[in-house]
Amino acid sequence: MNNRLYGNLIFELSQEGRSGYSLPKNQFGSYEVPASMRRKEDAALPECDEMTVVRHYTNLSANNFGVDNGFYPLGSCTMKYNPKINEEVAALPQFAGLHPLQPAETVQGAEEVCRQLCQSLCELTGLYAFTLKPFAGAHGELTGLMVIRKYHESRGDEARRLVIVPDSAHGTNPASAAVCGLDIVEVKSLSDGTVDVEALKELLAQHGSEIAAMMMTNPNTLGLFEKQIPEIEKLVHAAGGLMYYDGANLNPMLGAARPGDMGFDVMHINLHKTFSTPHGGGGPGAGPVGVRKGLEPFFPEVSPYHGNFTVAMRALAYIRSLGRENIKLVGPLATLNANYIKESLKDVYELPIDGLCKHEFVFDGLKDKSTGVTTMDVAKRLLDYGYHAPTIYFPLLFHESLMIEPTENESKETIDGFICVMRKIAGEAKTNPDEVKSAPHLTPIGRVDDVLAAKHPVVTYKQMVNDNN
Amino acid sequence: MFKYFPHTDADLQTMFRKVGIKSLDDLYAEVPEQIRFRGEYQLPEEMSEIEVRQLFDKLGAQNKPLTCFAGAGVYDHYTPSAIPQLLSRSEFLTSYTPYQAEISQGTLHYIFEYQSMMTELTGMDISNASMYDGTTATAEAVMMAVAAGKKQNKVLVSETVDPKTLAVVKTYAHFHGIEIEMVPAKDGVTDLSTLNSQLSADVAGVLVQQPNFYGIVEDYAGFADACHNQKSLFIMNSVAADLAILKTPCEWGADIAVGDGQSLGIPMQWGGPYVGYMCCTEKLIRKMPGRIVGMTQDNRGLRAFVLTLQAREQHIRRQKATSNICSNQSLMALWATVYMSLMGKQGLKEAAELSYAGAHYLCDELLKTGKFSLVYNHPFFNEFVVRYSGDVDALQKRLTDNGIFGGIKLDAEKLMFAVTEKRTKEEIDNLVKLAAL
Repeated sequence: MNNRLYGNLIFELSQEGRSGYSLPKNQFGSYEVPASMRRKEDAALPECDEMTVVRHYTNLSANNFGVDNGFYPLGSCTMKYNPKINEEVAALPQFAGLHPLQPAETVQGAEEVCRQLCQSLCELTGLYAFTLKPFAGAHGELTGLMVIRKYHESRGDEARRLVIVPDSAHGTNPASAAVCGLDIVEVKSLSDGTVDVEALKELLAQHGSEIAAMMMTNPNTLGLFEKQIPEIEKLVHAAGGLMYYDGANLNPMLGAARPGDMGFDVMHINLHKTFSTPHGGGGPGAGPVGVRKGLEPFFPEVSPYHGNFTVAMRALAYIRSLGRENIKLVGPLATLNANYIKESLKDVYELPIDGLCKHEFVFDGLKDKSTGVTTMDVAKRLLDYGYHAPTIYFPLLFHESLMIEPTENESKETIDGFICVMRKIAGEAKTNPDEVKSAPHLTPIGRVDDVLAAKHPVVTYKQMVNDNN
Repeated sequence: MFKYFPHTDADLQTMFRKVGIKSLDDLYAEVPEQIRFRGEYQLPEEMSEIEVRQLFDKLGAQNKPLTCFAGAGVYDHYTPSAIPQLLSRSEFLTSYTPYQAEISQGTLHYIFEYQSMMTELTGMDISNASMYDGTTATAEAVMMAVAAGKKQNKVLVSETVDPKTLAVVKTYAHFHGIEIEMVPAKDGVTDLSTLNSQLSADVAGVLVQQPNFYGIVEDYAGFADACHNQKSLFIMNSVAADLAILKTPCEWGADIAVGDGQSLGIPMQWGGPYVGYMCCTEKLIRKMPGRIVGMTQDNRGLRAFVLTLQAREQHIRRQKATSNICSNQSLMALWATVYMSLMGKQGLKEAAELSYAGAHYLCDELLKTGKFSLVYNHPFFNEFVVRYSGDVDALQKRLTDNGIFGGIKLDAEKLMFAVTEKRTKEEIDNLVKLAAL
């Protein structure tokens, strides 16, 4: 990774008259786009030769840190290794060249990829059918909630517009519910971080006939397994609601427990988390939705074709590479790594809820609060030592949340190195707090001014140029 | 251990001791036994890399990529060789959403470039960091129009909008409680006089497509004024690459420009991933869904980029957010950005002109066979609808057997053909020869 910023914009490298492309000559005679159709001025796109473009993006990439660069313990994101063979198969021209509306007899292999992936996902989750249409986790959530609404509508039970979410839920859950025309009601957590079943009973007594569903991650956003799930599932079903499993935290369940067996009716899976497809700097991911038998007629049209198809190809390559035995080790090894880190650091970082975690856990900042060093500072200091930061200030249950998820791919040496640095930072917080508070020092740029960006938004090159003039 | 698991037996024993367990099974002690998975997954055994390759080669052999003369929203454009090679840089590929700006300037930087380029193409003020695809971006635009309006809950959609886009829009609208009303088409184009009669105070927005589903370049003069007179937003869906030549959504007076960026050199790959774009006027920036990257400074005074205006987004506003979207289609936005950098100002235009010329040549040659006639009497861009005097199914089968995807069948008589800069005169002549039989 760069230790000095490569900071050009492609527009700043542009010179009139340069070009980075070659196209065939027009062989069709004089067909001219009529002036009536044409835009007045050309789009002011860059004019660069090919090598300039290649160097520009190569140098830009070196301002970035990816899983291939180093440890990426970003909680709730499951930054596992993205196998190279997956990239190779996803680029095969026999798939990449297919138009989505080609005749069925010319796309049998592509259809078979989808069939095999859906079958495998059913087997791994204990559900009956999957749709690959959703493009991302949030899109899957929305799709799953649509299934639930359609199910209730089909029974003439249209008053069911409330979705129960735990107070530890990710912000996407309520946002997806709102887009789907549903309202949210929060259920409290107990001091051990799991759902308060008594509070749930009260909610159901009060709102029973309005409950469309309960949405849960299990393990929850604190990395804790909701062990009351058999009772919760019975209560919600008895009230006429369905159970929605947010697959964000599915990874530790591989080889341990299946959402279908836990009593969930609908779920989405983030293929870019549990099934190793790359995050790509924020997408494309994929969010297939699975359902219990009888709900598959309610899959809605949320995208026109087969979702992010080449992402599905990567996930299938991953499942086939691991096979039925290795895949059972994914959850346990991820869980072991997380618990090992937790046990190795809990004397210097505040662990609000002790006990076994699953694939991730949350510290509430440093144990010693007297130094004034915050979770933000610890996160930024980690960058100096060559680690990506954990997820910070989420979940909202604690002021100084620091959420660590190592994944099963990390070796003991890597994890020991991280533990060592986390302890070192805890020490620095006492001996040299200013060094930590002003971190990072060794990254291409320092801390950025978020307020300036939001107060006076400059979001295009044209605005930037106009601003300077 | 398997190649993706680095744990040796010695590692496991040391880690077990630290955690205070005796086996991996003990890690799940709190999981009730009734829901523990104790069985075997009914999956194949592990495959070596050689076997995985063979599996996908075999599956691939069951596909038949065809010389593509079809579009309907997905086009077989040229991909410069440099793009996939640059995108395989794992610093781009294997990074997360750029929350940690200090080690994500690569991603933030190209998104800023992407936003800049999309506003150049559409002529609009603002672009977001991209969306899933063109259909969902359009559905988001419809929801955005309703959110921006005051107590307006109806959106009018032209009948010339792609039915696949319409289906997705209708799904979102149904659940979001938005009423969709169709604006009828006359001879393949949106009828302004009917639209005028449908516009009323409860209409939040009007959605049209340019070029429309049939490839026709419609005359949208007067549409924006009609919308704005009723305080409705004018939403235009376009194929991104076509905007290098065509009159822009901004020039037509659109408030929101949306569509798919697949045409910017992204392979068809059986439907995805593509990239949806959304641009709007400056006035609407705080109503816009999705991520936005903005310029700022770091504490050393360097120009830097950062995710901004996050107060609109789901992780802050929860159920009050402008959308539930929490990612963009980042890597595909990079694809489009590198494409626009390489092709540049001239290349995008030249590709569009070649597509136009090829499509019109094909159309003329088909008409000359005497078996085809144009269905609509309107100017088209690189896609057009013809009526075939013979059996459409038999024709399509003959073309498929000869390795050609011979257009989209619209009904028992009509076919829709598309041509891009990739189609050679030889390929077109061959198609015409087979179609004349």
